[in-house]
Amino acid sequence: MLTSIKTNSFTNEGQRLGMMYYRVAVILFGAQLLMGLIAAIQFLVPGFLFEIFDFSVARMVHINALVVWMLYAMIGSVYMMITDETGLETINIGLGKIAFWILTVAVTIVVLVYIFVQVGAGTEESIWLIHEGREYIEAPRWADIGIVVVVLIFYWNVFATYIKGTQTGIMTVMVANLLALAGLYLAGMFFTDNISMDQFWWWWVIHLWVEATWEVFVGTLAAYALIRLIGAKREIVEMWLWIEVLMLFGSGILGMGHHYFWIGTPEYWWEIGALFSALEPVPLIAMFVHVLYDWGKEQGAAHARGETASVITNGPAMAWIVTNAFGNFLGAGIWGFFHTLPQVNIYTHGTQFTAAHGHLAFFGAYATILIGMMYYGVQKANGIERMKMTFKTKMGIFLITFGVMGMTIALTIAGYEQVLVERAELGATWNGFFVAQELAWYVQAQTWRTVMGVVTLIGFVYLVWDLLTIGKKTQEVEA
Amino acid sequence: MANENLSVWTSIPFWRRSAAWVTGFASILLIWLTFDTLGQISMGTDEDLKAGTIKRVPAPTVINYNIDYQMSKKRGHEVPIIGAKEPFFGKEWSVEEAAELLHLGKLTSQSKNCMNCHTLLGNGAYFAPDLTKAWLDPMWSDKGPMMPMTGKSTREEAMAEFLINPSQYPTHARMMPNLGITADEAKGLVAFLKHMSSIDTNGFPRNFSKTAEQFKLGVSHAH
Repeated sequence: MLTSIKTNSFTNEGQRLGMMYYRVAVILFGAQLLMGLIAAIQFLVPGFLFEIFDFSVARMVHINALVVWMLYAMIGSVYMMITDETGLETINIGLGKIAFWILTVAVTIVVLVYIFVQVGAGTEESIWLIHEGREYIEAPRWADIGIVVVVLIFYWNVFATYIKGTQTGIMTVMVANLLALAGLYLAGMFFTDNISMDQFWWWWVIHLWVEATWEVFVGTLAAYALIRLIGAKREIVEMWLWIEVLMLFGSGILGMGHHYFWIGTPEYWWEIGALFSALEPVPLIAMFVHVLYDWGKEQGAAHARGETASVITNGPAMAWIVTNAFGNFLGAGIWGFFHTLPQVNIYTHGTQFTAAHGHLAFFGAYATILIGMMYYGVQKANGIERMKMTFKTKMGIFLITFGVMGMTIALTIAGYEQVLVERAELGATWNGFFVAQELAWYVQAQTWRTVMGVVTLIGFVYLVWDLLTIGKKTQEVEA
Repeated sequence: MANENLSVWTSIPFWRRSAAWVTGFASILLIWLTFDTLGQISMGTDEDLKAGTIKRVPAPTVINYNIDYQMSKKRGHEVPIIGAKEPFFGKEWSVEEAAELLHLGKLTSQSKNCMNCHTLLGNGAYFAPDLTKAWLDPMWSDKGPMMPMTGKSTREEAMAEFLINPSQYPTHARMMPNLGITADEAKGLVAFLKHMSSIDTNGFPRNFSKTAEQFKLGVSHAH
């Protein structure tokens, strides 16, 4: 069974390295789901693993595994496309592989320390060696520096290959965007006693990643994938890509204001944050129109030529990319807009509403397209011309999407209860918090969230099983 | 398409240039606003406190003052009110001592991973109460249950005692775990929380003061 993922029909070394990144990404994705499940159970059974493996630990690994698997899959996807786009082998693939192993060893150590050491004393050493205790960017300082070094090696590889090779529009956006993405990480690498200052710069990393540079990254991947999967015209996808960059950065950069409503920052961020973040869904609409329009156009053109077959050369990848088009708009766009205006956000800020948005947005905007790229990698690894969905592909995509939607809806309902009771009625006091947490309907919503989490996990098992077997199976059918 | 020049709307160079201009303009605006905001959120000084100059983020020595959170008619939401001096852990803290204590508290808040259960200024995890105004929470007032439960007579001592042995003082089935917080670290954390409650958060969390007022009058939502 494992042979298919090892089978190697790659036409370039970058894709082989990309696949190594994907394998670690899938393992971390699994860790993310397991940790999420533990945390979800702790909402319902407070004594579960109490003072053994507390919520804070499960939650830290849950969100860190999320961020890191996505970064792995993103780096993997860049290596997957670099030779196709530039027409060159990656300049120094050997160094790229060393960087991969350094990063993987570092991530393993960090995760083991999170799990087994958990907390340290209130000293600088804890921040350097254990974790920084800052949501999403908990990695200890030594690992921060390691990440910067590894990313510099990766970036140099990409940049040097780009400069020497063909400079397509897709690669131009990729190279510029990656520079911003990597540089922003530096904003999260210092300590301050001032909590307002701390969160101000923390958002430079978190927001300018997930609501600006990561979104542009997704646009770039979608552009590449549409060319590869359905034969879309480069001129069209590249024009769309520039329009997407314009709209994503035009709304997303100043949309940062919606995180500066309540952290001690001045009131003018209300207007700036409201206006620009309200515009953030617009490019997401454009992106899904673009994917569906191009698909229809290419299929229509094929029919006009008298071809009867589908234009899609990789069914699973295309299915996940179409899921991305909808998921990005729904999770990031709609669920984000729900609570982005300060008039609403003063009540919803820091409630289960945020968790609902977080789940659907990370899944819809990022997980989906990165899984799609993994299927593309499997196709390349096995030298397959046309890859069709299997039963397992369908189970994977259905159960994961259904599970995440279910969790999102359950958390939205929980958030609604919490907002009305804890925030509007009781003013976010200690008692207000617990009164809301113990409401029967809130508990019911958390129960459904856990059930849907299990559904997602089952879908993940199908996904991994499919990624491991679909290549071999398709080869047998083709033979 | 681009070289046929049929229309500017289908011209790649047009969109590329527009994307660059819009991105550049938004970035410059963000950087300019950042400079303004950094000025407004940098910590005030002890002199500001003495002179009654209101800072969005006051000096660490704000722990020597009474802090309240009240509706401001002018601003339309609640704002922190820094009142008369009051002892904190039985003494007045010098500029250096207060800064050192806040530093210890902030470090401890990170190393104990507070943010992955609680929210601070509304950011973090949603498993435990928001800590933005925790210092002012009626639970810790002289009418609240925590002072008698911990056997302490001041707000700060009750909070510190709770932080050292949280699972000894359960209020609900969901409890805070023992994180190995020392007596000094607990003092630091309480200073950190008191300092955070003095930050002007534009009225977040809303209605907090109203509930605190009702609590004082004996209208409790506690079970």
